Amino acid sequence: MLLKTEQVTKIYYLGKTAVRALDGISLSIEKGEYVALMGPSGSGKSTLMHILGCLDTPTTGKYLFNGADTSQLSDTELARLRNKEFGFVFQNFNLLPRLSALANVELPLLYAGVGRKERLRRATELLTMVGLGDRLHHRSNELSGGEMQRVAIARALANQPAVILADEPTGNLDSRTGSEIMRLFDTLAQEGNTIVLVTHDKTIAEHARRTIKLKDGKVVEE
Amino acid sequence: MSLWELGKLALTTFRTNRLRSFLTTLGIIIGVMTVIAIVSLIQGMNYEVERQISSLGSNVIYLQKINWGMGRIDWDEINRRPDLTLDDASAIARLPIVERVAALRNRTVNRLNYRNRKVTGIEMAGITPAYAATANYTIETGRFINSDDSMRKRPVCVIGGYIVDNLFPEEDPLGKRLNIEGKTFTIIGTLVRKGSFLGQTQDNVLFIPLSTFEKSFKPQGGFGAIAHSLAIVIEPKKGVPIEQAIDRIRELMRRRHSLGYDKPDDFGINTQETLREIYKNITRVAFIVMIAVAAISLLVGGIGIMNIMLVAVAERTREIGLRKALGATTRDILYQFLLESVFLALAGGAVGILLGIGIAKIVELTAHLRAAAPLWTILLGFGFAALVGIFFGIYPASRAARLDPIQALRYE
Repeated sequence: MLLKTEQVTKIYYLGKTAVRALDGISLSIEKGEYVALMGPSGSGKSTLMHILGCLDTPTTGKYLFNGADTSQLSDTELARLRNKEFGFVFQNFNLLPRLSALANVELPLLYAGVGRKERLRRATELLTMVGLGDRLHHRSNELSGGEMQRVAIARALANQPAVILADEPTGNLDSRTGSEIMRLFDTLAQEGNTIVLVTHDKTIAEHARRTIKLKDGKVVEE
Repeated sequence: MSLWELGKLALTTFRTNRLRSFLTTLGIIIGVMTVIAIVSLIQGMNYEVERQISSLGSNVIYLQKINWGMGRIDWDEINRRPDLTLDDASAIARLPIVERVAALRNRTVNRLNYRNRKVTGIEMAGITPAYAATANYTIETGRFINSDDSMRKRPVCVIGGYIVDNLFPEEDPLGKRLNIEGKTFTIIGTLVRKGSFLGQTQDNVLFIPLSTFEKSFKPQGGFGAIAHSLAIVIEPKKGVPIEQAIDRIRELMRRRHSLGYDKPDDFGINTQETLREIYKNITRVAFIVMIAVAAISLLVGGIGIMNIMLVAVAERTREIGLRKALGATTRDILYQFLLESVFLALAGGAVGILLGIGIAKIVELTAHLRAAAPLWTILLGFGFAALVGIFFGIYPASRAARLDPIQALRYE
């Protein structure tokens, strides 16, 4: 089992009121699966994705990655896991605006300690694959929304991660560009990548082969 | 991530905010500039002053009413002291340790004319003939004042190069008649030049026989009166240690002034060493001022850097969150921001060093001083800048490094 949660809860404190964002989530995702985490806003789907990506830790319960309990890992080991095993795609792209498309894709490789030449080769290859071979040296604030999300996907793939975690990847795009991006995810899934897609949109979720519905921090339907 | 890559990363972010970076480092610029400029100038001064002090003659003792030195001077006490006399000079000359004794009185000349030409700022001294040898003056043309001139109180004078330049640009001054404050003197000699000291000429001197001086000029008031009082210049025999010569002279003078053992000296014995002490005191003050200015500027500069780095961390919270999501470790973020503040401080240090050397060069050209910034001051400047960068950068950098990735990513 690649990803496995056991009775995971997450409690936030907004002032003095406790918010139960996740309430006993137990699920497993295998290698090569294409999963949609679906639910209305406030259902806890983003929080769950952050925990799956080791950006956040559960309040109680266990999260096992490749069978290893992530609560036992140090900060540096978690950073290494985020770097090598997870590729994040965000709703608002989260590119560094002053850097070129190439430099943005190189970032995870830089933190992995990959040499200059190899970084350049790999980033060029990935950007060409997502259809931006002619935009390598454009600064990211000179790109359109669809192009920015393609750069972000190329960046997520940089270290050949075990899982791609995408949080509303089409949320800031028009429907035509959105479906282009979804076709890219479909292709990646066909190539054997493990993808976890967070969305509130039924038509987006239909791209995935498995849908997990969340409501009020609980799994309501598989 | 390697330190090299982190350094390059820090440099690119720092280049994007040039004006802000410059203003931030102003304190460091001023601090480093002060250190470099003052150290360079003091080095130049040391060289000049040592050359000057050595030129006085290595073991000449000046016996005067006043002590050379710094700090508060009790003028009432000085005024109550008895004047030194020519009899004192004769008594000292009889000491077996003494080679040669000269006596002189000083006076600033207000008006010095030759026909329709005039010159001001002249230091006149009435001297005994031995003065040329004790004070290292050499005759260029003509002759020095001799004992015959003294005995007969002749109205004759020997002049320095500055007076020659101003009054006799195209004539031979020998035999010409000078008007010194309304009295006529005949020029019998000119002196070999001593050059200038800190841009100030030393050849604005005029010597007349001491006996003529006492006959012709009334004492000046105020500080002039003390300058006007008799000074005795003593050159000990070769091989006599200067401390021993000073002791002999002190014993003799205390006896002549009938001072009890519990009374302090009522005369001043001054030497080259006294001058060196005074000079050391002046440079010590300059060093303390330098250290104070530099410390305050570096502190202000450091706080400026800390402030700007805290702003940068706040502005780039999302960037930090993203970098963490992409795999940056706590150490990567810490070093990125720490290196940024160190580069900022080093850039300020570099500008400060250049400005400091520039100031030293300007002073060198205007004040004729050899002002050189030794390599160690440049290294010191960079060292201080780097320390300030690290010290004041560590807190903002650790704040950046400790940010929670999720909260940082959500930050608007």
